[in-house]
Amino acid sequence: MVTVLTDVRRARHIAEQVPDPELPMLTLADLGVLRDVTVEPDGTVVADLTPTYSGCPAMAEMRAGVAARLRDAGFGRVAIRTVLDPPWTSDWITPEGRRKLAEHGIAPPNRAPRRPAGPVPLDLSPTRRTVLCPRCGSAATEETSRFAATSCKALWRCLSCQEPFEYVKEI
Amino acid sequence: MSDDHVYLSLAEGHDDSDARWAFGTGFEDPLYGVDTAVPEGLDAAALAADCLALGDDALVLAQRLAEWVTRAPELEEEVALANIGLDLLGQARLLYSRAGQTDGTGRTEDAYAYFRDAADFRNVRLAELPNGDFAFSVLRLLVFASWRLAHFTELASAPDPVLAAIAAKGVKELAYHRQYAAEWVVRLGDGTAESHARMLTALEAQAPYWEELFAAHDVREAVLADLRQVLDAAGLPMPAVPPLPGQGRGGGHTDHLAPLLAELQSVARAHPEATW
Ligand SMILES: [Zn+2]
Repeated sequence: MVTVLTDVRRARHIAEQVPDPELPMLTLADLGVLRDVTVEPDGTVVADLTPTYSGCPAMAEMRAGVAARLRDAGFGRVAIRTVLDPPWTSDWITPEGRRKLAEHGIAPPNRAPRRPAGPVPLDLSPTRRTVLCPRCGSAATEETSRFAATSCKALWRCLSCQEPFEYVKEI
Repeated sequence: MSDDHVYLSLAEGHDDSDARWAFGTGFEDPLYGVDTAVPEGLDAAALAADCLALGDDALVLAQRLAEWVTRAPELEEEVALANIGLDLLGQARLLYSRAGQTDGTGRTEDAYAYFRDAADFRNVRLAELPNGDFAFSVLRLLVFASWRLAHFTELASAPDPVLAAIAAKGVKELAYHRQYAAEWVVRLGDGTAESHARMLTALEAQAPYWEELFAAHDVREAVLADLRQVLDAAGLPMPAVPPLPGQGRGGGHTDHLAPLLAELQSVARAHPEATW
């Protein structure tokens, strides 16, 4: 029993340190895509991962990364499970993850909209979203494109320091 | 890694232990490690047919959106349309994988995408219409996203937990797609005389295909409410044109689907054993 507990803790620690392929300054734990790590009675380490977006091309890379690090650490049996429910939300990015994003010039996401179950209303009024410039901290910023180099980011620019920057979309 | 041939080194280790970025075929199952049991009492064949049709809608429109790459009016719009296409492609992959698990054939996503002919596709015809101009494409995207969003919202409580989870995830993405398209329809409808006229032309051309959407999934009220809201803001009228008979869901397609598939499938069919 003691060994199992130690194994879980060690396996969890290793899986948590795996970097995200698209935002390498974040670990999978920072990004909130590593949902759980458990050890089965037969010693198999099971890591639960959830994709950020349906089309996220990094999922296979993440799976391979976690499995390889665990095997390197001596865990002979490793299984990766994909968890689709509940769907990933940017709210799962940890405070540490948010700090690292800002440090690397990427604005962390605002809180995702709380929506009751049921139809999603369409809102055509201008979006009131305050995004602070990760470079100078100014709130005088504007969105230039809702889509950027990866699904999870939008393009913004700062009106104070004139620098463009990326913003992780709230979803 | 071998240095002598860059593509060789990319292709090395194309297996579970060392998966790298995937390029074409031979992707890992996107439902890898998901509990894939079908709940007791559920009609697996009907579930598979639903997943296939919804996967086809997404794959075909993703291909049309990809055609905008290098041709969009501005780089930002190109990136947006490509991202939206990638989301839909991701939905298609999940849905095809679910279809393969439930229709009894065990087919992979590649088998559905690359090795079926036009008559076997079940997408609605709206998805396959050629892109036309930017006005035509954003109007199509608005109606498609609104329709799929309304249907996925219902599917999020579907009895099959895998389909429900795919839908719940898709809802978040589709809300972004609808928002993007709605803002462009308003901008063009409420823009210059030229952009307004182009939106009118697009409306007249596409409205005959809307009835088919509601026959497939009865979310008419939700879609028309979105459309009314957008068209009002855009200063555009709700078109009054009779529906065009026919059902892509029944395998009846326009002449535009076969050439789209020919391009999509050409490499996979020329080299059926290859992974890249
Ligand atoms: Zn600034």
